[in-house]
Parts: sequence; structure tokens; C-alpha cells
Amino acid sequence: MATKLLLAKAHVEGIRHFEVYRREGGYAAVEKALKMEPAAIVEEVKKSGLRGRGGAGFPAGMKWSFLAKPEGVPRYLVCNADESEPGTFKDRYLMEFLPHLLIEGLVVSSFALGSNRTYIYIRGEYAWIVGILEQAIAEAKQNGFLGKNILGSGFDCEIYVQRGAGAYICGEETALIESLEGKRGNPRIKPPFPAIKGLWDCPTVVNNVETLAAVVPIMNMGGEEYAKIGVGRSTGTKLISACGNINKPGVYEIDMTISVEEFIYSDEYCGGIANGKKLKACIPGGSSVPILPANLLLTTAKGEPRLMNYESLADGGFATGSMLGSGGFIVLDEDQCIVKNTLTLARFYRHESCGQCSPCREGTGWMEKILGKIESGKGAISDIDLLWDIQRKIEGNTICPLGDAAAWPVAAAIRHFRDEFEWHVNNPELCQTQNFGLAHYADPIHVPA
Amino acid sequence: MVKFSEDKLKEVQSMIDRYPEGKQKSALIPLLHLAQEEFGGWLSAETMDYVGSLLGIEPIEVYEVATFYSMYNLQPVGKHVFEVCHTGPCMLKGSDDIIGYIKSTLGIKVGETTADGMFTLKTVECLGACGYAPMMQMGIDYREHLTETKVDEIIAACRNKQ
Repeated sequence: MATKLLLAKAHVEGIRHFEVYRREGGYAAVEKALKMEPAAIVEEVKKSGLRGRGGAGFPAGMKWSFLAKPEGVPRYLVCNADESEPGTFKDRYLMEFLPHLLIEGLVVSSFALGSNRTYIYIRGEYAWIVGILEQAIAEAKQNGFLGKNILGSGFDCEIYVQRGAGAYICGEETALIESLEGKRGNPRIKPPFPAIKGLWDCPTVVNNVETLAAVVPIMNMGGEEYAKIGVGRSTGTKLISACGNINKPGVYEIDMTISVEEFIYSDEYCGGIANGKKLKACIPGGSSVPILPANLLLTTAKGEPRLMNYESLADGGFATGSMLGSGGFIVLDEDQCIVKNTLTLARFYRHESCGQCSPCREGTGWMEKILGKIESGKGAISDIDLLWDIQRKIEGNTICPLGDAAAWPVAAAIRHFRDEFEWHVNNPELCQTQNFGLAHYADPIHVPA
Repeated sequence: MVKFSEDKLKEVQSMIDRYPEGKQKSALIPLLHLAQEEFGGWLSAETMDYVGSLLGIEPIEVYEVATFYSMYNLQPVGKHVFEVCHTGPCMLKGSDDIIGYIKSTLGIKVGETTADGMFTLKTVECLGACGYAPMMQMGIDYREHLTETKVDEIIAACRNKQ
């Protein structure tokens, strides 16, 4: 049985409410934290090795330690609940079922960072979760864990929920800040980083929902103990939202020592590929990360079993590896068309580009059009090379990582599945009625000889 | 004439109070949501100007925000708006078939509203329900694990509410 630090109590009846959450040991982290020096809490988070759970995986304690503390200037903590990366729905689950875990993490983190006014920026479509969070905030306030002079410590903190209005780009921290200021979600040029100049030009930390919730077990068990879970620089547990052609889609908490094979095939997690089909490919960390064919997904290029953690999923770089990213785990079975899948993702990024940088604004549109052409059997071989060329010219040439996020899925699809793209070009009619199938991507472990 | 009720104006004030003094522009996005709910499900120029006046900001500051975010309707929509996700994970689970079925059942194309003003069909990009695909948003609710039968039931329930 895997270690469960976040979701252990998710199924306790009434856990959404303060009394039940408190009875189950909730808010002990706040009691502990308020007796500590804020800097000591930052140290604990550093020791824990916790890495940002939104996708980038940047060490959270280090991010906190960058926060500027000029005299007389307010500092802000902003919780990034904009969860919009296709394949990712873990923060939604956490907020929906364990709202107090997030609020508890936010109180501790706000105290550590000196934020008296903390915002949860939630994607506009998660409208029903706003009420759940506001209820939890009201309950925490009634019970003295939030508001003025929390538990007599002299620390004041208010938490507000802010709804976005439909824009993937607002998951990027500077775009989120712009949006929170009531503007279009256009990312800012960095530096200055939000830690120096963020919300309303004040020092600001933006962290993902899961990252801030993980501060609770780190407080309770201590950073060193937390760091013992997992492997290497992948410490603690990670929420994985699994979807696509599997038997048991859903949100799972894993410690990062299990293999990808176990995650897909064990009944404790995905329960295998749906309808007795075979595994063709997988996007293991949200739509932006490179798609891998089954053979490279289950084992690294060196032939070692691939594990569900930051390092192992990235083993081999982009040539043969991918990324853990946000933990959005998208599984494709043998009936899925890679070209079509890539087209829907290209359309997504075209739709979500904020339009500031030409390579992204224009390039995402071009990629969608060319992929549409190939998918509908009207493409030429030169179009595949053109796609490759465009994605290369987007990557690294934009203010924010959306450009990279749009380029990588196209690059990886061509890198690993070029023959399927060529097959579409060479079989313009057949590709409208028939699927390319598995070819050599067949899952080397689970396909009968 | 577009104007919030006294009760709604109190809600507006409580939204503005969430930010430090002088930072009331931050309330723009939540206020536009409220205005869209109150004034017929979409944002007319008159509505946007009114919201701007409540925050003491220029109309252009409202327009540039309203046109950026996909949840704001800049044209009238039907009473029930079906926003069906068709990004990768939903596509893998048959969202194209669901969109096709809704189109043929309601006799409209994506982006259109039925003649009786009851239904609008839109396609949207990933709404974070990938594990429960295919899905659509209807107002503030998500409808997940969609099948043709489920779509029929949803349409019937909307008609019965009339």
C-alpha cells in the first residue's frame, strides 16, 4: 500500500467540514507552525525537498527563500488553482474533497512568508468549487484558524478566492498575477521575478494547490522525514490524474518509487488498458510534455524500468524521455491516431496563446493548420518537415513557456511517430477510414508473442 | 437600462473589499461574471460600460479583458449553453461523436443557437475533467461521462423546465 500524505482522509464522511477535518487531526500543522519562527518553516520546506507540483518542479523551499522582504511593503501568497493543462484534474479533486487541507496549508505558508492577504486564483470553470472553498474559509475563521490574531499568535490572515474566466495562460504565474490585477493574462517579462515584484508590484510567491497542501504533512512530520519518502530528488508523494484509454481513470497519490508499468497495469491504479486493448503511447505529465511510445514509456533507452518520478520520466532527455510535469497522465490505446491527438493539442495551444509573442501567436496557428491538412489526408511529406521547423522556431523564443508547451507535443509526435505521419500523407483515403495501429510501438511487455 | 439591484450592489462592494485600497480593478473579472449572470447571459457594450463605471476604470479596460477570456459571451446565447470539451483526453474518449450527436439532435452547428432560443452549442478546450470524459459544461455545472442517452436526458430535462 502506498504512502498517502494528502488523500489519506479523502473518503472520510464529512471531511469537507471543519469539525470532521479537525477530529481527524486537521489544523495541527497550523498550531505547530505558529509557535515557530517563519524562517524555520521555510527551512523545513527546504529540507523536505518538495518540488513545485504545478509542472515545472522547481524546489518550493528555494522559491520561498527568494521572497524579498522590504520594510513596510506587503507580501503576498497566491495559490495557483488555475489547473488547465490538458490531462490534469488533481487540484480539482483535492479542493473538492479536502478543502481544509488546502486552507491549512495556506495558513501555514502565509505565516511562513508573511502574507496577511492570500488569494486562491481558481480557473473560472471550477465555479462550484468556489463555494466549497469559501465554506471552508468561513469555518476556519469561525474556529480561530484564520482571520485576526490566529490562535492568539498576533498573526492576521485573510484568504480570498478569485475566479478566472477561461484562459490556460493564467496558470503561468505572471499571467495569473496580471489576471488577478484585473487585466488580460499576458505574461510578464522576467526578471523581475514575482518574488521581487509580483502582485501590485509587491513581493509575491505563487504556488500550486498541491504544493501548498503538501506543506501540511511536511509541518506535521518534519522536512527530513518527508524527504525520506520517494527517491532521489523526487521526495514525498505526487498526485497523478490518470485519463484516456484505461480501466480506472481518476486521481491517485503515489510515492515516486513505483514503476510506470505498475501504475498502468496494477488494479490499485489505472487497472490496465480499457477493453482489452494494447498500450500504444502515453503523455505522462500533462499535454505539454513529450508523448512516448509504449516501449520507451515502460523502459528507458538503457533498458531500465521507468519509474513514476521526475528523474526517471526525464531519463534520456527529450530524445527518448519525457517529464513528470503536472502529473496529468494521458494513455492512448492501439486504436488512437497520433496525428489526430497532436492536432487537438495544437488547436488547444493556438486557442490559448495570449498573442503577445509572434512565434507563438503565429506558429501555433500554422501548426494547427498543417496538422489539420495531414490529418485529413491532404498533406505532403514536406509538411512534416515544415511542422518540425516551425516548432523549433517557437521553442525558446517566447516570453513565457506556453511557446515551449505548444512546440514539445508536436516535436515528440514527429520524433517518435514520423512513420504514422508519413502513412497519412501516403494513404490519403485509407487514413480517413483506417487507423495506422500499433506498428513497432507495441508494448514490449504486454503484447503476446 | 443595465443596473444591479441593491443586493447585488452589496455583493459588488464585498468583491471590491477583497483587495487593498485603490486596487479595485482586480474585481473586474468576478464582476463581469456577475454581470453576465444578471444581464441575460452575455456582455453587451452597455453592460461592460456599466461594470467599468462601477470600478472607475475606462471602458477599454473592460473590453480588453472581456475579449480575452473565453467564458464571457460577447453575443446573446441560448437559455442553455452546451460547452463540449474536445481537447485530446476528451477526444480519446469519443467527444467528436458526442458533438456530432448534439448537432444532429438539435439541428444546429457548433456556435449556433436553436431557433427557439433554447440551446447554444459550443466547443471548448480542456475543462479539467479528463478522467470523466467525454464531458460538457452547462452553466456552472459539469456533465461528465456523456453518452447519447445522457445527452437525450439532459435535453429533455432542459425542455421540461420550460
